[in-house]
Order: sequence, then C-alpha cells, then structure tokens
Amino acid sequence: MKILTEHIDVQGIETIDVFRKHGGYAAVEKAIKKMTPDEVTEEVKKSGLRGRGGAGFPMGMKWSFLAKPEGVPRYLVCNADESEPGTFKDHYLMMKSPHTLIEGMIVSSYALGANTSYIYIRGELMYVATILEKAIQEAKDKGLLGKNILGSGYDLELYVQLGGGAYICGEETALLESLEGKRGNPRNKPPFPAVKGLWQCPTVVNNVESIAATPWIINNGGDEYAKIGIGRSTGTKLISVSGHVRKPGVYELSLGLSVEDFIYGDEWCGGIRDGHKLKAVVAGGSSVPILPAELILKTTNGENRLMTYESLSDGGFATGTMLGSGGFVVMDETTCIVHNTLTFGRFYHHESCGQCSPCREGTGWMDKVLYRIEHGNGRQEDIDLLVDVAKKIEGNTICPLGDAAAWPVAAAIRHFRDEFEWHINHPEKATQKGAVFMREGASWSL
Amino acid sequence: MTNTQTIQFPASTLDKVHEIINRYPEGKQKSALLPILHLAQAEWKWCSPEVMDYVAGLLKLSPVEVYEVASFYTMFHLEPVGNHVIEYCRTGPCCLMGGVEVYDHLKAKLGINTGETTADGKFTVKEVECLAACGWGPVFQIREQFYMNLTTQKVDEILEELSK
Repeated sequence: MKILTEHIDVQGIETIDVFRKHGGYAAVEKAIKKMTPDEVTEEVKKSGLRGRGGAGFPMGMKWSFLAKPEGVPRYLVCNADESEPGTFKDHYLMMKSPHTLIEGMIVSSYALGANTSYIYIRGELMYVATILEKAIQEAKDKGLLGKNILGSGYDLELYVQLGGGAYICGEETALLESLEGKRGNPRNKPPFPAVKGLWQCPTVVNNVESIAATPWIINNGGDEYAKIGIGRSTGTKLISVSGHVRKPGVYELSLGLSVEDFIYGDEWCGGIRDGHKLKAVVAGGSSVPILPAELILKTTNGENRLMTYESLSDGGFATGTMLGSGGFVVMDETTCIVHNTLTFGRFYHHESCGQCSPCREGTGWMDKVLYRIEHGNGRQEDIDLLVDVAKKIEGNTICPLGDAAAWPVAAAIRHFRDEFEWHINHPEKATQKGAVFMREGASWSL
Repeated sequence: MTNTQTIQFPASTLDKVHEIINRYPEGKQKSALLPILHLAQAEWKWCSPEVMDYVAGLLKLSPVEVYEVASFYTMFHLEPVGNHVIEYCRTGPCCLMGGVEVYDHLKAKLGINTGETTADGKFTVKEVECLAACGWGPVFQIREQFYMNLTTQKVDEILEELSK
C-alpha cells in the first residue's frame, strides 16, 4: 500500500498542476469546505497515526493537547530537521513531491487553528527549501494558501525556515529555540510546547512524514487508515535503507511486513549485496539498539520479526530494538562493529548541546574510549567502562539525546562484546586495513 | 579580507532580509537570525566578527547574541574558507559504503587535512556529521549541492571540474 509515494515517480509531480491531476489538494477542499477543525482532528485520532519522527506518539492525541486560549495565536511547526544517521526519508519525500507536505501542512494547520505555520528544515537541505518555497508560491497562486483560502475565510501563511546544522534541533523544544533565533538547547518540560511553544504560544511540532499522511486520512477517513497495518502500528511507514543491500533507498511499506521479506524481497531491498551475508541491522536510526542477524529476523520466541513498533521492540533492549525513525542500516560480514559504533559515538559527542553534564561529558568519554579501542590502544577495563558511562548518561538528561547516545554503545557491546575484546586483545590484527573479527559459528562468518 | 571592505548587503539582499523579518510577529525579528546568517555567508563566504556585528545591527541584537548562535551551528564558518568548501559525511552509513577510503583520497589529492584550505585558496575540506543522504553514500556537499555515491574516480572528476 502506498499513501505518500503513490505518485512520487510521476513526471512533473513537483508542480501543482500535475500534483492536482493525481488527486492533490482534494483533502484541502474537503477539510476546509466540508469539515470543522475538530472533525479533521477526530479523523486523525481515529487513524491511529503515530509520530513518524521516531518517538511514535499518537498524532491525534498530541493535537488534542494543544491549548486554545482566546486571542493567543497557535502554531504548527513541521520538523524537517531530519538528521538521525540512517534516515533520509523526509529528504526524499520533500525533494520529489513537495506538495505532499504542503497539502498536509494546510490540512493540519486548519485542524489546529493555526494561521501561521513554519517548516523548519535542516540548513544542509537548502536546495530542498528552494523546492518547497516554489511549491508554496504555486499553492498561493491557486488560492490554496494565504488569505481566505478557497473563499472559506480561513487564512494561512506558510514559511520555510533554515536550520544551521545541529542534530539536536530535531528535538522539538530545541527546534523551537532555534526557530526563535537561539542556540538549540532543549527546554525543560513541562511546560510542553502544546501549552508554551513557539514564542511561548501553544504549538504543535510534527514530523514531515506524519503531516504528509493527513491528506490521505481526510480523503479516505481515519478508519480506513487504521485498517492498514497491525494492531497499534497503523498505516504505512517510509523506511530509509542504507548499507550493504542490493537496492538502498526509500521504501514505503504497510506496517506489518516481515523484516525478512523486507531485506530479501525483490520489491524491497533485494537482499544483501552479491557474495555477502547479513551480519547486523540498525533498524530505526543510529540511536536504536543494533541487532545481530538472527535477532533482527526472529524474536527469541522464534516468531518472525515484523516491521511494526511492537514487533521490533519485542524482547525489550535485551533482544529487541525500536522502529524509531525507520532508518534501516544493513551491515554485512565486512562491517567492523567497533568502527561503526565509534562513528555513532563520535556523532553524539559532536551533537551534544553541552547543556547537561552527563551527556556533555559522557559522550566525550565514550568517543574517546571507543577511539582508543578502534586504534589498538584499548584496555581490558574499557568495555565495562563504556557500559558504565552509558548507564550514567541514560535517563539523566533534559532531552533524549543522552539516551540516544547511550543505547547504540550499550547494544553494540551487548551483542558484539567478543568483537570489542578481539580489538583489545589483538590490536595488531584489529588495526590492519579491512580487518574484521569473525565469530566462530555465526551465520555471517566466512 | 572582509574588514577592509564595507560590510553591507546589496539592495536586493536587503529586500530579502526585510521579507524574512516579516515572517515573524512584531518584535520577534531575532527569529530571522539563522536565515540571515546564511545570506551573509553566501555573500562573504564566512562569518567574520565584522559580518556578525553587521547582522546584529540589522536585527537590533547585541553582537554576542549573534556570536553565540553562529558558533553553535556547524554550517557557519567562523574562519576564512576557500572558494569551494567540501563537507564530507563521516557518519556510519557513509563509512559502510567506503567513505573513509574516498575521503582519504580526497584529502590526499588536495594535499590537505580536514579543516584546512589549499594554498591557492580554492578548496577547504571539512568533515561533517550525517547529511541525511545515507542511501546514496558516500556523500559530500559543496554549498547546497550534494555529490552522491562517491568513488575515488568520481572525486577526481569533480575536483577537475571545479578547478577549471
């Protein structure tokens, strides 16, 4: 089932005329002319759509928390600060089909009673901002944005805001700080943005993919959307696939597809690149626990692992992981887990805003210790030291970046401890170019 | 280099500045800071103290409000850079696709390390974190343009093209 990407490869879909020929902006007409804002919200609630940025919080419920004091403006801010390593779905969607997001922004802003909305996009995607601004102008020219949309009396101005290069701004309160022209330091919560957000006004922050799904929900009804998927994992999800598969890229799947079909199916990743074997997967962006081949394909109960929020987290962190943002990084047997963990550790060290000591200091320590293990200077006690530092960061910070930094290190050691030990015990071998530890008897071992 | 010139946006850019400021409610012009720093960097290649002071003046901010922001975000260059700033992604997924080898080649070819500028002032190389293009890695970016699925051969071709 394709909802977001059904027409994404149609020639000219980035232009409003072609987009409308394929049903585009029907949801704006329907919502604004035939529905009240509360009715729109109700459909989104019924859909069971969960935030696609990574947290998976029900979107309709988030909307219903929005405070609506008289005479105070409310804002919708789209989080297009996609920066989680392994994730590039929003980049793909906005670049190919900008109107899909613009239509969603109009429908969602209407539901929330916002008359000014912002798309906060990471600065590196400047060229995508230009694509979006062009689409906004087209929508304005057709009376779909601006004053008195489609003669309804509803006004909406939509702006694109460039970030400056900071992963932390994907955290919603850091994003709002950044949108206010400040450093991206996350705020203490409460108050939540729904009460005090942008310029202390009630604000909803939603991910690109979540907002882009709302037009389909309005056109077809929340109940129809909820029929796609399994249980509380309703609808479709964009999965960004990178690493050692035949066909990396962005795929839209109905939640509930088995991980095995997704990796090996010709319609999807097409299997591991020729002559290689699956070693490990990071299923939901760099912050979620890495799993070795056998655990990503099957749960410890022997059930097929599915692409759903629930199935991927089956087993907790001991044997499971998370769907997260859907950044699906596939690694074959040539992958050195220590090196990969170092790049993630370095990433979080670089991206920590520095506000909370456990994260600021802890990410630095993890980076430093991972670096010395990778470069042949590891000490016996380093593995336990990493586990200890990770534990001390987790849960002790204002925002989830601390957890996001701790989890990948802890999980890599949990599932690939022997690989870390090999680096420490055999530094000459381990530091040779292309050297990778082969676990005896593992399905990926050569 | 910038301090010998008068720091002043051309008229067309000033119009853009005012258009941006009008995107926010009255008195919230500080929100325009990041977009305007991008305009400033496009104009003067890097954010010198003089450029940041000028931006502060435009937005009625104290200079330190601009410095603290410019120094927080990695895209703003606080030191002079070359004509082409090559920012390559060093994060996991790009490394899986052979990024390290490609970037080593890039640096060797230019004879510089990360953070340095070639003697002729043409190229600066910087390493950055994930650019949200993981399925098309290895990746680097020069201003708004992405260069994807890089190989050592592609790097040679790109450098040759840019050296013309």
